[in-house]
Amino acid sequence: MNFLMTFRVAYRALARNKMRSALTMLGIIIGVAAVIAMVSVGQGAQASIQDQISSMGTNMLMVGAGSMNTGGVRSGTGTTSTNTFTVEDIEAIKRECPSVALASPSVRAGAQIVFGNQNWNTSIQGVNEDIPKIRKWNIQSGEFISDGDVRTAARVAVLGQTIVDNLFPGIDPVGQMIRVRELPFRVIGVMAKRGQDSGGRDQDDVVFAPYSTVQKKLLSITHIQFSYVSAISPNATYTAETQITELLRQRHKLGPNQENDFWVRNMTDVAETADETNRIMTILLASIASVSLLVGGIGIMNIMLVSVTERTREIGIRMAIGARSSVVRTQFLIESIVLSVTGGMLGILIGVLLSVLIPKMLGWPTLVSITSIIGSVLFSAAVGIFFGYYPARKAAALDPIDALRYE
Amino acid sequence: MAETTTVTTNVAKATQTDAVDAPVVIELDHIHKIYRMGDIEVHALRGVTLKVRQGEFVAIMGASGSGKSTTMNIIGCLDRPTRGSYFLDGQDVSQFSKDDRADVRNRKIGFVFQGFNLLSRTSAIENVELPMLYAGLPLAERQRRSMAALTAVGLAGREQNHPNQLSGGQQQRVAIARALVNQPALILADEPTGNLDSRTSVEVMEIFQRLNHEQGITLILVTHEHDIAEYAKRVIVFKDGKINQDYPIHHRRDAAEELKHWPETQDEEDDES
Repeated sequence: MNFLMTFRVAYRALARNKMRSALTMLGIIIGVAAVIAMVSVGQGAQASIQDQISSMGTNMLMVGAGSMNTGGVRSGTGTTSTNTFTVEDIEAIKRECPSVALASPSVRAGAQIVFGNQNWNTSIQGVNEDIPKIRKWNIQSGEFISDGDVRTAARVAVLGQTIVDNLFPGIDPVGQMIRVRELPFRVIGVMAKRGQDSGGRDQDDVVFAPYSTVQKKLLSITHIQFSYVSAISPNATYTAETQITELLRQRHKLGPNQENDFWVRNMTDVAETADETNRIMTILLASIASVSLLVGGIGIMNIMLVSVTERTREIGIRMAIGARSSVVRTQFLIESIVLSVTGGMLGILIGVLLSVLIPKMLGWPTLVSITSIIGSVLFSAAVGIFFGYYPARKAAALDPIDALRYE
Repeated sequence: MAETTTVTTNVAKATQTDAVDAPVVIELDHIHKIYRMGDIEVHALRGVTLKVRQGEFVAIMGASGSGKSTTMNIIGCLDRPTRGSYFLDGQDVSQFSKDDRADVRNRKIGFVFQGFNLLSRTSAIENVELPMLYAGLPLAERQRRSMAALTAVGLAGREQNHPNQLSGGQQQRVAIARALVNQPALILADEPTGNLDSRTSVEVMEIFQRLNHEQGITLILVTHEHDIAEYAKRVIVFKDGKINQDYPIHHRRDAAEELKHWPETQDEEDDES
């Protein structure tokens, strides 16, 4: 009695009860399909966030004015409670931190911009010429702010796509004049479309201008709020962070017990946090889906137990004519494995189909991973073995004399 | 009258040959079987000693509780004796493990039961193939031998029918084919005619007599009907866990001869509906 023969016997036994076998399989089918679809949704989200973060540049750091609370949870973006952070600090960072490649000051002013009879409320971001390199953000047409524009505090502006769409429908904005707080600015370039950031904000709703212009003409301040820094490589972000922190503490003359009056955020950290959040979400989704797989497994055990009782006489006949206990056990075990693995295969098919349909119907990105497919196959086989073992052992333990007498 | 005499003479001759020359197939030596039900011990067998030679056709009789079923279970290697030894085909099988007994049942014993005990929703030929499946024979061999066995019991052409499409007599013949197919040393028939009408019973006995006579197969038949026991060559009567009587049949019934004079009944196939 080899394995193939036992397999055939088990297969025939299942084929004799098609409806029941199909219904038993349904539990596993739904379970596996749910796991695959859920994991693909989770991983799709993870991949798209990864994409956005790496497009921002994983070697980017942000330095801002203001203190962070203990634990560093509160994001200090845009905090203007201190005016100790200056352009000189940025110059010092570029000069004295060996892990820093580029740095740009940043000041923001909310303003209404007017073109012809149209207007639009947005934020004017004062930066220097290095922003396209630091933020890995290309110019679509025209050119970006130059070193000279910064030095002379020129009234020039580079527009984000949202501004172009709203104020310049069908018009080439380069060379046009816009008014910001009654001051005329010449449009010298347009940024490439960037889309939403990981927080859902529209990154294209922005106007870039030289920081010196924004400081003097729009805000009348001498400090800066914020800075974009680029490390020499993605691996250098942590050393850059340390170097910047030490330098700024020294420059701001902070004693050993004083808190920082600035904060440094590392995009690698941000990427890792987002990654971790998503991983937890994926695990959560998968474990909820696994519950249905577990329920499916219990369904198999239930049916196999009923089947053993119902087929007591058959088991008796098989034993009387020479089936060893182990052969009977293997037969029932194979029956439950065939049920669970066949269910698993069908579940994979449906799960993959769902992963293809979800982006089309709900607009969520999905990513089917080979790991989740292999995992589901192994898991459903394990379910078959685990939940089939007890009924199979029960069948094998029957005494042929009693089993033959069973009515 | 002349016919009967001839038959008797033949049978008597055969019995004589069995007794003297043929090798011993079954040898029970002081078999005891004690069941424990809680604190109560039930002494089912109290020293059964028995020899059956190859080619014998033995009918075992006795009231219920006489120990005949227990003896059948032990002879059939479904159960083990508490004490005593049992040689089957020269091998002491009395203390065999569960798996070894399964192998012995598979290779040396063919079972025919009162309730036919065929697998439902399984074709006749697949039922007959089953013992060979557990013996690990290849498919072609299994099919060839199954067809031969079904032909021997007169069921050629019915091999694809499922048990519920066959009459009781036909089902019992499938069971006989299944019992035959591994060429066992003996066939154990436990009340094989218990669920059959009298003509079908005679048909089944005809098959047994033919197998016994033509192929020399050793047969042990458990029955409580005297007229069925008369188709055998030897009768053993159990009483209170012991063999009470053991005698040869002198005026043996000949099933083939009786069937010749039996009025034709309606076709068997209608029985089941």
